[in-house]
Amino acid sequence: MKKHLNTLFVTTQGAYLAKEGETVTVKVDGTVKLQIPVHTLDGIVCFGQVSCSPYLMGFCAEKDVTISFLTEYGRFLARVQGPVSGNVLLRREQYRRADDRESSAAVARSVLAGKISNSRTLLQRALRDHGEKIETNDLQSVVDRLNAILMHVQNERELDRLRGYEGEAANLYFSVFDHLITAQKDSFYFRQRNRRPPLDRVNCLLSFIYTLVMHDIRSALECTGLDPAVGFLHRDRPGRPGLALDLMEEFRPYIADRMTLTLINLMQVKDKGFEIKSSGAVLMDDETRKKVLVAYQKRKQDEITHPFLKEKMPLGLLFYTQALMFARYLRGDLEGYPAFIWR
Amino acid sequence: MYSEDDLLPLSALQHYLFCKRQCALIHVEQQWVENLFTAEGRIMHERVDQSGGETRGGLRIDHGLPLRSLRLGLIGKADVVEFHRQEDGNWIPFPVEYKRGKTKKENWDKVQLCAQAICLEEMLGASVPEGALFYGRNRRRLLVGFDELLRAETESTAMSLHKLVASGKTPRPVYTKLCDSCSFVDVCRPKTLEKRKRIDEYLFRL
Repeated sequence: MKKHLNTLFVTTQGAYLAKEGETVTVKVDGTVKLQIPVHTLDGIVCFGQVSCSPYLMGFCAEKDVTISFLTEYGRFLARVQGPVSGNVLLRREQYRRADDRESSAAVARSVLAGKISNSRTLLQRALRDHGEKIETNDLQSVVDRLNAILMHVQNERELDRLRGYEGEAANLYFSVFDHLITAQKDSFYFRQRNRRPPLDRVNCLLSFIYTLVMHDIRSALECTGLDPAVGFLHRDRPGRPGLALDLMEEFRPYIADRMTLTLINLMQVKDKGFEIKSSGAVLMDDETRKKVLVAYQKRKQDEITHPFLKEKMPLGLLFYTQALMFARYLRGDLEGYPAFIWR
Repeated sequence: MYSEDDLLPLSALQHYLFCKRQCALIHVEQQWVENLFTAEGRIMHERVDQSGGETRGGLRIDHGLPLRSLRLGLIGKADVVEFHRQEDGNWIPFPVEYKRGKTKKENWDKVQLCAQAICLEEMLGASVPEGALFYGRNRRRLLVGFDELLRAETESTAMSLHKLVASGKTPRPVYTKLCDSCSFVDVCRPKTLEKRKRIDEYLFRL
């Protein structure tokens, strides 16, 4: 449980990483900003315009330190790996556990506890902050029922029953989601969750932001050496990133749903920014998409304290932190996967 | 009824009818190989999809319309949907699908078009009695009526498609003349893999 801290994230644009003796140096504009002994590192993650000397790459490969390159927005580009890598062991462990129903249920239990608890927190915060503007009774009763489901989830060992609880919790949560929209209610309303295609503006926003989060989690998993396609709660299906979807559950309310509500309630998106096709499908225009992307990037820079590690970090690093902890869990350093719990 | 998670692309119906193995290579193994024909088709569809909507007189035209049917378990896009105004003021949807080649003797394109019609009926609650296929090569519009027979064929194709994808298995190849124009021929290797060759015989011949 120590190693996960030792991933070097380089987000400074224009930074240059090189090998110097047994250390990694980070240079910005020709001056050394940081120097770290390589044996204290597990991996290096470079965002955007960050370059590495080939000597450093070779050295890291030799020392089993993975270097990953992502775009500035966190989309996975490539990874430098040496001839021998511990990742195969990690992936094999991932597959073994995914094949085992009991282990799958353990992961599912944790990510669902995170998701349901975070959904509940979102509703509780709305009650606390806008109690005068919204339907408090409906909301309170859903909060109470989510509490009950959460208790069942924590004691459930059977995968299919866990999936059942998840469906029930999602239906309850979305049944009051419309109450949380406090502005522009004529054009932004929510009846039920739909996505293929989204049939209203709110679903359109939700789907887009879920996709952004999913991409980030997928990148984080790739960096950690996990296989994003092999999930525990989500069954294998060609082309579906099951593990990315698993780890995304806890972030849906905390990042995506909350951002959707903020964009609408603070009128950062407008009804005209969406096109409604004659089949009822709703599409976002380019300008709205840009606004959402900017808001998302800004959100990722917000500093938060990690509830399990009690450490301050930018929100954008949460995905990597969670992926690293998942890997530590698979490797036996942690008894369970500590989902991100919003407090 | 399928869930939103289970939807397969409308275009997979064509792949399925053309060749079950090709369909599995694309939709189970997630492979895609482009050749001249597929590239031409893709570029043509991109062009058709980009233009927006227009209205003139009793006709409204929509391009690149997102479609889905939870009953058939399909999702996709219609190249063009015309809405024809009736005397009673109602609009009747009329899907038009663009194909780069020429009229086929098989029902493949009709099935795909019929699936689009069923999507439109489900999404709009309207009935869609007919549509058209437009063939780029002979620049001809072929009127297609969605009768019971075609609807039944469309439904059973959608069902078989879902069964194939759910099985997760790629059927063995059977070489036919169609293979020569298929972009997947190098991935599929129909001639080599058609017969179960004895591997030990091959190895011991060394």
